[in-house]
Amino acid sequence: MPPVKIEHADVVLVQRHSNTTVTDKIAGVVLWSPTPKQWFVIIAIAFMVLQLLPFSLGNLVVQGIGLWGINSPVGWGFDIINFVWWIGIGHAGTLISAVLLLFRQEWRMAIARFAEAMTIFAVMCAGLYPVFHTGRPWLAYWLLPYPNTMALWPQPRSPLVWDVFAVSTYATVSILFWYVGLIPDLATMRDRAKGFGKYIYGFLALGWRGSAKHWHRYETASLLLAGLSTPLVLSVHSIVSFDFATGLIPGWHTTVFPPYFVAGAVFAGFAMVLTLAIPVRKWYGLEDFITDRHLENMAKVMFATGMIVCYGYFLEVFMAWYSGNEYEWAMLMNRVKGPYAAMYWALWICNGLSIQILWFKWARRSTTVLFIVSQFVSVGMWLERFVIIPMSIHRDFIPASWGMYYPTVFDWGTFIGSMGFFTFLMFLFIRGLPMISMFEIRTLVKRPAEANH
Amino acid sequence: MSTYAPPQEQTAQAQHDPADVYGLMAEFDNQEDLMKACANARDAGYKTMDAYTPVPIHGLTDALGWDDNSVQRIVFCCALVGMSLGFGLMYMITMVWYPMNVGGRPNFSWPAFVPPTFETTILLSAFGAVFGMLAMNGLPSPYHPVFNNPRFIMASSDRFFLCIEAEDPKFDLANTRKFLEAQHPAEVVAVEN
Repeated sequence: MPPVKIEHADVVLVQRHSNTTVTDKIAGVVLWSPTPKQWFVIIAIAFMVLQLLPFSLGNLVVQGIGLWGINSPVGWGFDIINFVWWIGIGHAGTLISAVLLLFRQEWRMAIARFAEAMTIFAVMCAGLYPVFHTGRPWLAYWLLPYPNTMALWPQPRSPLVWDVFAVSTYATVSILFWYVGLIPDLATMRDRAKGFGKYIYGFLALGWRGSAKHWHRYETASLLLAGLSTPLVLSVHSIVSFDFATGLIPGWHTTVFPPYFVAGAVFAGFAMVLTLAIPVRKWYGLEDFITDRHLENMAKVMFATGMIVCYGYFLEVFMAWYSGNEYEWAMLMNRVKGPYAAMYWALWICNGLSIQILWFKWARRSTTVLFIVSQFVSVGMWLERFVIIPMSIHRDFIPASWGMYYPTVFDWGTFIGSMGFFTFLMFLFIRGLPMISMFEIRTLVKRPAEANH
Repeated sequence: MSTYAPPQEQTAQAQHDPADVYGLMAEFDNQEDLMKACANARDAGYKTMDAYTPVPIHGLTDALGWDDNSVQRIVFCCALVGMSLGFGLMYMITMVWYPMNVGGRPNFSWPAFVPPTFETTILLSAFGAVFGMLAMNGLPSPYHPVFNNPRFIMASSDRFFLCIEAEDPKFDLANTRKFLEAQHPAEVVAVEN
């Protein structure tokens, strides 16, 4: 494919499009344009990596969670780290589609669909971990409050029960929001598809006909969903952070956790959006829709939230000293020079140092720099959860109860397998559904009547 | 580019039995003309009509003389129901079904019930917004007469349609067609039921 020359990298849509060409380009990716060979390569790799998931989880179900590296004192290992990591990645999608909708940011439109799909798949990956961490996943429904013959009920004073409510609500609302956003585009696909695809898209489009009255209610519903999702996304990661903050373990018992976790989630999520959007934009030649301005804005959000996260790290150090609490201080010293010190310092390099290059405009405009920084951030945010979770509990108040945590091949298999699962679903989505919201991009097309003004 | 070819313009108009006509549909190639046509139709006294567009257009329902806030009402009711159900569930669990002493705290420790109550409120409101919107719009609807216009598939991409329905008291096949043709449409077609 010849390189596409970008004329106006500062705009949210390169203005050489009409409603027709927007439809042709975006629906064409799915319906008639040749699929780039990179798509086949990535989905083949992802499918192979995904096989680690049934392997490691199948063994786990048969033999029990003793296959994992968790032990006493470290009862929360990869399962909770990866749960928090994936949930955090999902948050960028909701932030882009809901918060930026409320702020009427037009650059949201080209990346929202893509990021929302990412949210759903990330939450699916996240959901795996607590379910399998129960050890008996076929009994995972015990987490829900329902009348049962044992007359048992969940204990609603616990943040772990709040988590069940928050994550299941988040998954449901994310899927609803995404599907509602898809309906008008599914109608476009129905009207353009040939053969059997016409019936599938037609079924999913629910008979949408673009009636003005329908659009009126549709826009109201979208706005209300955005207004509901905004506090929801903040509540989800706040509640995830309560899982730790309400514990008494040094390194967990901190009031800064909710805002620090939410910022970290957005930070990791934008890194993942950039990781996926940069190659996909290039392979599919979507530079007209996802311009350099989009990438720069995402880089700015990533940078700002990254700096909030760094503030959280500084505050943890400061409070360990300022509180005068010897256990807090011991926790900090254990981070700085304990057995896992390398991970603590790697965290600072990934999340603190690597993002400093984003002060420069040329770096925020360079896809190479952004892609590399995004990889650092994804690793860094994973390390942050490692630093918080096993590193806090492996050495608590009594040295006699100290221990070490080493992940096993089944921990790694589940983690890497879930990455394959995520990538596989993302690329299936790109192949089967319009990855950019066509009807929203059409509202950005400059009309002849406007051009005269 | 696209392998997709829009259907040919209909040159000859078939004769319609007036009893079978759902309405008269005018096609426009830009939204400004559609807006003007809607406003003119409203001012001419037409009431039962609808516009079909590939993009949401602000002010179009005003031009049609139509307004509705049913979704807001539904969401508000759902929010109240979700809040009551969530808080009620927490209350029943801790006070009636499974009272348990946790660190000597009162059984009715309501601040701890706020997060789950908040989540159920959001969940039910979101259901209200989505399913309320679909229900009020009459979706899913597998069949609708407007699809009988073969050019209507353009309504989801780049064409704008106004359909004045036969149910309108002022509707008259000849006069309404004359009115629509005066609005500079690309074409006026009668769609059958």
